[in-house]
Amino acid sequence: MIAIATPTTTWYLLLGAVLFAVGVVGVMVRRNPLVLFMCVELMLNAVNLTFVALAKKLDDIGGQTTVFFVMVVAAAEVVVGLGIIVAILRRRPNATTDDLAELKG
Amino acid sequence: MIELFVFVVASAMVLGGAVGVVLRTHPVHAALSLVLTLFGVSVHFVAMEANFLAAVQVIVYAGAIVVLFLFVIMLLGVDKTEDLRLEPFRVQRPVAAVVGAALVSLVGLAIIASRDATTAVMGTGTEVLAADGSPLHDGNIKRLARDVFSDHVLAFELTSVLLVIAVVGTVVLARKPRTDGPGGQPS
Repeated sequence: MIAIATPTTTWYLLLGAVLFAVGVVGVMVRRNPLVLFMCVELMLNAVNLTFVALAKKLDDIGGQTTVFFVMVVAAAEVVVGLGIIVAILRRRPNATTDDLAELKG
Repeated sequence: MIELFVFVVASAMVLGGAVGVVLRTHPVHAALSLVLTLFGVSVHFVAMEANFLAAVQVIVYAGAIVVLFLFVIMLLGVDKTEDLRLEPFRVQRPVAAVVGAALVSLVGLAIIASRDATTAVMGTGTEVLAADGSPLHDGNIKRLARDVFSDHVLAFELTSVLLVIAVVGTVVLARKPRTDGPGGQPS
């Protein structure tokens, strides 16, 4: 194969870093709780990408096992989080995250 | 060559979808952009020979989680366009931009600085060989299954407990508050 650039682990790690930062900015900027949750999913996916890249690089399947568990926990987290959001928004329609400053809804 | 092409296209999907999630004003559009990102990550998983995780990514994330998001959006009727120009905290966006840029540059510098440990072009390490020495086409799944069900079998069983707790908790949380519940007070 000619010396054309082939994707290395570094490329994947940098992509994961950028994706994570986009998720962080989204969490800080957006005010809709549902979109906030989607940005948390972005961050989880960035970490998953990093895990798989390093699992490949280090030839260790443990990284892929971790990603598997992260996906399960993310599914549970989304279920509980959306349950909380449904409970909150049912009481206070059109609430943004700024309106949820106190725990006593 | 083909690896480079796949990487560029999948990365464009990932980053375009991510920016879409942050910038689209309509929650449904943000959820659909999230699907684009999740498919891009799945393509990356295939490129890194994590075939099982790629399938799980599509089924669990794009199939279940995003559908759950859309379901909640429709259930609550919050599918209204949000005015992004409205910003009650004036310092929030500059701070977010600074934090995001600082995060990318710090982590990027760390990755670049340590690339001597990570620059080697990735081999086909996560393979399992058949009895005659040829690579199995489902070696990734076999190896992952061996790891999950031997070293991490306790964690695997605990995830089932976690999922049951999550489901029960969500049913309790999302139930309509009963006004005539036991004790006569709203729950």
